[in-house]
Amino acid sequence: MPGLKQTSINLYQWFEDRLGLGQPAIDAAVHEVPESTASWWYVFGSAATVLLILQVMTGILLGLVYSPSAGHAWASLEFLDHSVKLGWFLRALHGWGSDFMIAIVLIHMAQVFLFGAYKFPRELTWIVGVLLLLLTLGMAFTGQVLRFDQDSYWGLGIGASIASRVPFIGGALVNLMLGGPIIAGPTLTRFFALHVFILPGLLLAFVGVHLWMVLRLGINEWPMPGRIVSKKTYARDYHKLTQDTGIAFVPDAAWKDVIFAAAIMLAVMACAFFFGPFGPTGQPDPTIIQTAPKPDFAFLWIYAVLAYLPPSLETPVLFIAPVLGIGAMLLLPLLSPEGEKHWSRRPVAVLMVAVIAVTLAVFTHLGTYTPWSPIMDAWTSDPIPATYLHNRTPLERQGALVLQDKQCRNCHSVGGSGGLRGPALDGLASRMTEDQIIRQVLQGGGNMPAYGNALSPSETTALVRFLTTLRPANQQNAIDASRKLAGQ
Amino acid sequence: MNLNQPISPEEQAVVDEAARIRRAGHSRRAFLFKLSLGLNGVVAAVMAIPIVGYLLGPASRKKSEDQAWIHLGPLSDFPEGETRLATFRNPVTTEWDGQTGDIPCWVRRISGNTVQVFAINCAHLGCPVRWFAESKLFLCPCHGGAYYEDGSRASGPPERGLFEYDHRIADNHLLISAGKMPTLAAKSHVPAPLTQIHGATPAEPLTSSDNSTPRCGSCQG
Repeated sequence: MPGLKQTSINLYQWFEDRLGLGQPAIDAAVHEVPESTASWWYVFGSAATVLLILQVMTGILLGLVYSPSAGHAWASLEFLDHSVKLGWFLRALHGWGSDFMIAIVLIHMAQVFLFGAYKFPRELTWIVGVLLLLLTLGMAFTGQVLRFDQDSYWGLGIGASIASRVPFIGGALVNLMLGGPIIAGPTLTRFFALHVFILPGLLLAFVGVHLWMVLRLGINEWPMPGRIVSKKTYARDYHKLTQDTGIAFVPDAAWKDVIFAAAIMLAVMACAFFFGPFGPTGQPDPTIIQTAPKPDFAFLWIYAVLAYLPPSLETPVLFIAPVLGIGAMLLLPLLSPEGEKHWSRRPVAVLMVAVIAVTLAVFTHLGTYTPWSPIMDAWTSDPIPATYLHNRTPLERQGALVLQDKQCRNCHSVGGSGGLRGPALDGLASRMTEDQIIRQVLQGGGNMPAYGNALSPSETTALVRFLTTLRPANQQNAIDASRKLAGQ
Repeated sequence: MNLNQPISPEEQAVVDEAARIRRAGHSRRAFLFKLSLGLNGVVAAVMAIPIVGYLLGPASRKKSEDQAWIHLGPLSDFPEGETRLATFRNPVTTEWDGQTGDIPCWVRRISGNTVQVFAINCAHLGCPVRWFAESKLFLCPCHGGAYYEDGSRASGPPERGLFEYDHRIADNHLLISAGKMPTLAAKSHVPAPLTQIHGATPAEPLTSSDNSTPRCGSCQG
């Protein structure tokens, strides 16, 4: 129907005459980019933006139901999950969207770092990108708080305890963070304001600035070994490259972005559909202390680091390390704006990415099973393996009972079950003599509390007798070599 | 108008006069604009005072405003030689606090009127510690901090013992002074840690605080 087509064009023209936004938008879409940038490596930035839009949309939809009141937030989440049609799916989309967004932002960051994209003239683009990463993590933490359950409540406790360690102003910071003397109603409302107004506002504004600079300065060309960035020649070289090899961003380069964005959306939807929403775990009632709080996936590595820091180093590391880390990321483009871009000529950069990635992965993995935490119910739930009780004297069997009763299993595993905080006890007798075991049990040491006050002499004797039977079948008991020399 | 045609002195005078008036007008308008900027600066500064005051209001709260004596129950609720969980409603709450206004604590009645009341929050990062009567330890589920029955540090990442509430006993009832989440900054009453067995932790040299005199009968010096 030519009439309809003409009407549409006229309608568009009517708006365009008044708004004047169409032509600049089209110009920006079809601007020429170097052909080498039409790569699957260049799709992460646009995917992060698409995920941000998903988060904004699902967030607004959840806001239709969510109640930011400490007394009702948890119940409103349960209501969303069970009583609102498809409420569970929207919560799942928002939760999985957040995990995907953090992952994609980190991959995007590693990619532009390895491709040297932060160098002249894109220093500020990188710096704004670092702020975007911090804002994304801020959204993840405040979002975890809004899922007002036990993990959220005690996560706030951890946050307040960290803030309290700041020298001089720690107390004021805690009050500022909690909005009152304890974690309660005013705490949730201020995190609601952060998560719904302040951080998303900043995030959208900075994304706008970030994108504006990508358009204005041109997308980073595919780096080549030996092609050195110099402030004097870069603009001319980039212009020439774009002239010689330029293709229209839309559609010649952007089709990969669009396909990847669709794939990511499908992945988020699949995860949301098959794995469902996160929590909420138990009610945010501090009097229910039968809980093992844990942060969300993105913060597990910090949780692990906090478990391993020696007490004397903890406060300095907590405050100096982030300043150094974030400071280094912000200063990176200013300190090294020129030189090689290609990863093969930047071994230190490649090594750094590898070390940081492995470190984060290892700590996150540790955070998933928290070997440093006692297993609070191991002493009542995990029996002593029957083989460890065969052919034992009554005293030794009594010792096995003491081992259970005194909750040793919360930290020590026997037969593969129990806590991982202390060493497994299975081969103990081949490593320690009876005297050493007695000393360790009564006086503690290393990371073990002293049990001198919790054990009677007869309990100690029975326990140690049982422990001296725990050795592999083909190994001798540990002996004190000096005794033999002394002729005893 | 033909530009090549020389303009008469009268016309030139008119043009100059118009330009002079415009220049004078520009100078006046630029001044007024700067004045208005300054005025808005003053307005912004005045506006900022209540906004900053509102934002920092919670930070400037004094501890004494939140702290109050709270009734935990008759002493008979806490048998001698035992450590029990008690809960209380925080003295400062809002109507919409819900369950978050209920705060637990551990009450250890040693004997008679000798009582210790510990905060639930681990001195490491605030997680809820749990009492294990058999091993006489408080254990933290988060990072594995452990404390002895008197609240002193046993092992793990905490750098000090459990936080203790000030308490008093009136008419055979236990009262504690509470109201604020205990953290390292709002140092709740720091008890002199008890030494369990002298040199109990050989891995760490005895610090000065470890050398304090024991206070409970069951502990050896």
